[in-house]
Amino acid sequence: MASKPRTLYEKIWDAHVVERRDDGTCILYIDRHLVHEVTSPQAFEALRLAGRKVRRPDLTLAVPDHNLPTTPRIDAAGNRLPIEDPQSAAQLAALEANAPAFGIDYIDAVAPEQGIVHVVGPEQGFSLPGATIVCGDSHTAAHGGIGALAFGIGTSEVEHVLATQTLQLRPSKSMEVRVEGELGPGVTPKDLILHIIGVIGTAGGTGHVIEYRGAVFERMSVEGRLTVCNMSIEGGARAGLIAPDEAVFTYLKGRPYAPRGEAWDKAVAWWKTLHSDPDAVFDKTVVIDAADVEPTVSWGTSPEDVVAVGGNVPAPESFADPSKQSAARKSLDYMGLEPGQRIENIAIENVFIGSCTNSRIEDLRAAADVLKGRTKAANVRWAIVVPGSGLVKRQAEAEGLDRIFTAAGFEWREPGCSACLAMNPDKVPPGERCASTSNRNFVGRQGPGARTHLVSPAMAAAAAVTGRLADVRTLAPCQAVDA
Amino acid sequence: MDKVSTIEGRAIPLGLKNVDTDVIIPAHWLKTVSREGLGRGAFETIREAPSNPFDVEDFAGAPILIAGDNFGCGSSREHAAWALLDLGITAVIAPSFSDIFSGNAFKNGILTVELPQDQVDRLLEIAADHPITIDLENQTVTTPFQDRFAFEVDPFRKHCLLEGLDEIGLTLERSAAIETHEQQRAQALPWLDAPQRRDAA
Repeated sequence: MASKPRTLYEKIWDAHVVERRDDGTCILYIDRHLVHEVTSPQAFEALRLAGRKVRRPDLTLAVPDHNLPTTPRIDAAGNRLPIEDPQSAAQLAALEANAPAFGIDYIDAVAPEQGIVHVVGPEQGFSLPGATIVCGDSHTAAHGGIGALAFGIGTSEVEHVLATQTLQLRPSKSMEVRVEGELGPGVTPKDLILHIIGVIGTAGGTGHVIEYRGAVFERMSVEGRLTVCNMSIEGGARAGLIAPDEAVFTYLKGRPYAPRGEAWDKAVAWWKTLHSDPDAVFDKTVVIDAADVEPTVSWGTSPEDVVAVGGNVPAPESFADPSKQSAARKSLDYMGLEPGQRIENIAIENVFIGSCTNSRIEDLRAAADVLKGRTKAANVRWAIVVPGSGLVKRQAEAEGLDRIFTAAGFEWREPGCSACLAMNPDKVPPGERCASTSNRNFVGRQGPGARTHLVSPAMAAAAAVTGRLADVRTLAPCQAVDA
Repeated sequence: MDKVSTIEGRAIPLGLKNVDTDVIIPAHWLKTVSREGLGRGAFETIREAPSNPFDVEDFAGAPILIAGDNFGCGSSREHAAWALLDLGITAVIAPSFSDIFSGNAFKNGILTVELPQDQVDRLLEIAADHPITIDLENQTVTTPFQDRFAFEVDPFRKHCLLEGLDEIGLTLERSAAIETHEQQRAQALPWLDAPQRRDAA
């Protein structure tokens, strides 16, 4: 008897159900748990108070990222430099103590592999296709790019997973975002996901898990897929995923935590079954024409506030929904923008290249391609590159990208979350603008009063050299310069 | 977790849509290893305005917050729920909530009540001068003016809130089932069981 056609999400979900109660709630088994310093201390403390252990420390990996300064961490003599902020230092110390105390593998702040959890997971082969992956961070959705069911959780859930290696959840609805056609030249995965969020809205995916489908994603690099899935949460979806394929298997093979030998072969055989069946039914479908996607920029304080770089700041009255109109008025006031203003006339003072969305080697290459032989404009006061991990940093240095960035006037930093959420000292000053490759343009996100414009790495580089939001496609090709 | 049944009192009529968790509690307040004291940083950017509803005397200690669509979107930080609790807020009424926030709220005994926009608008109007009552057992929101709005709630969550149950304790009672699953998983998907340790790689 033929079984009911299932979506990719349903296949992964079904393989992890421990128990299903009559009301539909399931105990779902969790394969991989990533832990960082900000959302875990209260969970470990609660375990201690209750006398509970970590059920599967072997399925848990801890790495600090959110709070670490991105200035050098080791002095010339090889000694670790202290973290000045006592609260940040205490949070890091808590993770450094909790990981060994509970038997959890720990990548410390000065390890070559340290980086943003969502960069480290796939890079280390800790994140795998078809696995359930959680972390106390909403951008865990990123790992869906390799075909995992990955989602962010709160600290109580972190504690729940540590104690039981499961979560109590109800299945989400399924949503298909199908992109038809080809992306144009100069249009990147970041532009695509910003465009998608603009179409579906920040609550468009609430209650759903998104599967991104279409030939665009089959041709997209694994790193590009991680970027797209990363921002699913900005469309309200707790998770987003893309069916794993040969590109993913090639990407993962030989990575430190990835299976080897016979285990690898078995894994690949299962991973190849992980795609939505042809007749699978989605609760919701959104179709996007790739030809409509331009290099995209955010203008407001919600990730749905996006426009093509060639466009204008919208007028609040242009929105049908009265609550959206008032939100747009507030956004424009905060952003210091006027309706109708050309996007390309918006001057920027800061550029941030980094975050779990866009800090991988391909992102740095794309930005460096634009910056090669150029320097940042005089009005750009602060420009930093924060690689997603120590391994990305070393790779970039081996390719000479660091020299391109520093020659262009950028600071070359140590890995971490940095100015994406400004928990560490990397902040955008009040009232100033930042062309940022991060994922959120919320009020105060990059520092109190900071004005964020979300862009792709190439567009951030274009903003740096022109001193304004600019269409990277219109920059004249640069003369080749010997590095 | 404390038992939750009826929540009665003043409701802060915030009304904004897409209130993200960065607005509920900005990131610089997250540098703590405790759940306590986060009320000081709650809604910091909104409270910069002198006329903000949080600092109106009538709403001091109000147990209810009324907001617009998509409340709690963005970051998964549970500090948002802890900050609300520290302000004394134990229920939020809105047309919709983000998935992660509503889970975090539930786990801290904060009731999230979803009502259609027109009913939320009516409550926003009443909340300016009058108290509101939320009855979890009967799943209703009522006002002194005979308004009676019914809301849906997940039966499992309702049960846990009414009884003040510890979800981890409940799951641990199912340890045998978890072990069985782990054994089956070790057979069917063995590579998931033994990631290489970094020190062994």
